[in-house]
Amino acid sequence: MTYLSLLRANLRRKRLRTVFTIGSIFLAFLLFGVLSAVKFAFSLGVDLTGADRLITIHKVSLIQPLPRSYLTRIEQVNGVEAAAASSWFGGIYQDPKNFFAQIAVDPEDYLDLYPEFLVSKEVREAWRKDRQGAVAGRSLAERFGWKVGDKIPLQGTFRTKKDGTNLWEFNLVGIYDGAAKGTDTTQLLFRWDYMDESQDGGNGLVGWYTIRVADPTRSADISRQIDTRFANSPYETKTMAEKAFAQSFADQIGNIGAIVRAITTAVFLIILLVVGNTIAQSVRERTNEIGVLKTLGFSNGKVLGLVLGESCLIGLIGGLSGLFASTIVAKGMEKAFAAFLPIFFVPRDALTLGVGLALGLGLVAGFIPALVAMRLRIVEALRRV
Amino acid sequence: MSAPLALLRSVAKEFRRGSETISVLERLDLDIARGEFLALMGPSGSGKTTLLNLIGGLDRPTSGTIEIDGQRIDDLSDGQLAAWRASHVGFVFQLYNLLPVLTAAKNVELPLLLTKLSGRERRERVETALHLVGLGDRMSHYPKQLSGGQEQRVGIARAIVTDPTLLLCDEPTGDLDRKSGDQILDLLVGLNQRLGKTLVMVTHDPHAAARATRVVHLDKGRLVSEPVT
Repeated sequence: MTYLSLLRANLRRKRLRTVFTIGSIFLAFLLFGVLSAVKFAFSLGVDLTGADRLITIHKVSLIQPLPRSYLTRIEQVNGVEAAAASSWFGGIYQDPKNFFAQIAVDPEDYLDLYPEFLVSKEVREAWRKDRQGAVAGRSLAERFGWKVGDKIPLQGTFRTKKDGTNLWEFNLVGIYDGAAKGTDTTQLLFRWDYMDESQDGGNGLVGWYTIRVADPTRSADISRQIDTRFANSPYETKTMAEKAFAQSFADQIGNIGAIVRAITTAVFLIILLVVGNTIAQSVRERTNEIGVLKTLGFSNGKVLGLVLGESCLIGLIGGLSGLFASTIVAKGMEKAFAAFLPIFFVPRDALTLGVGLALGLGLVAGFIPALVAMRLRIVEALRRV
Repeated sequence: MSAPLALLRSVAKEFRRGSETISVLERLDLDIARGEFLALMGPSGSGKTTLLNLIGGLDRPTSGTIEIDGQRIDDLSDGQLAAWRASHVGFVFQLYNLLPVLTAAKNVELPLLLTKLSGRERRERVETALHLVGLGDRMSHYPKQLSGGQEQRVGIARAIVTDPTLLLCDEPTGDLDRKSGDQILDLLVGLNQRLGKTLVMVTHDPHAAARATRVVHLDKGRLVSEPVT
């Protein structure tokens, strides 16, 4: 027998109560895991953005375009290492509900700035040769069953072709993978030059610029330089860190982080009371046994450790199983939410925090009952039957 | 003649209930010889269990000294007392006080968790103790699967598994029928006579007390020479 088997035996004392208590912790941590995935998904991968990347948009709003000619002038700013122009297409694939991001880019510039999009040399070459060529992320291709060589028709919503139609066709020349788990592989990238030339009224405008700086600590200064360069022009700019840009997107939906924190805090406080009450009740019922343990020579510290150990074991069993289940649930939800939340998984940070919370829950919930058990006087404890 | 195992000098114990002070033991002197089987008798409230608790280091006297096997225990800290109890005293309770979630073997093993013995050594000791009380075939039984007499035997095995200097029994037959009670008394007498264990037993039962080598009577916290009628 070990102390752990003693703890386990104690958990079997009132099986139903233990199952309910662990079940409630399980549900709380399942909720915590899934909400963490939701929070992370709504942040649009803010945490995955490059620390050395800046975004330049029109000063008024993201939907206002900027001249393509700014690219060279941006590249001339001291400290700028590389820059690429991108434009939002906003087309419909078969049905409006099949939403995904469609971005017109300069392939070489763009892929140079986003090394996390893994594209082979062959695909780059094929893309360079085909003006109608497009590259899709792995998740997107799998979602619609696309294969290299397929034609992808998109119905333009605000972009009309010179022939008066709004049907745009792209040739799928390759599929890109993500370097990291959270890399967005739900985008369709195609060539800006093809779009601009084919578009009615195509006039050399782009949506935004992505910039890589040599020294991220100089980002604020470089942003200021860029915006100063275009000040008092018809297309004034606003440059910010990519992280801030992604965050501003997330903030448009609402402060999801605060909402998730509020819900999980409330749930954890309730669970804390439930577990605390269960442990306290369990200690009350075992007063006599605690007296026996002390009689046999178990010190106050050992009794404190046993009660806290039991409480932590309950917290960890419920917490870890809940977190594990949340990763499975998130995996299941990933496809269902793919159209709205391209990145959907329980981030590692949340799992680490969850393990800490499970342990903390056990410690906090068991602290007062453990203290009561520790302070029990033997002769009084033995009198209780 | 060898020195007594236990020496109690001017031991007094008082409890406070609100503003009232209740004296349970009054300036009590008692020697317990090594290898003795001492029965403590007396009416309810005479202080028998309190005296047993003081000898076993479960409580401290209000005044006086208690020396067991050459060591003063009345001035030990809580932690020191716990360690002392673990290695010097075995307790047998009236209501057995086994942990219902543990098998007989694990109940007996419980005090050995506090020792540095290996798992194998602990198992060997548990088997020896349970065989000694005649329950070698009930090791994996839970308390609820045992009769009262068998539970008390497990309690005795738990008390002796650490090979303590002193065995303290609080009404060990108080919850048993006559036959089972006699079997328990036979076992205790055997531990005293064959293994030389020193026993102190609190009892109301003159039949049980008659098995002891010496009987002392308590009345209102004092030792008296004759039983109180």
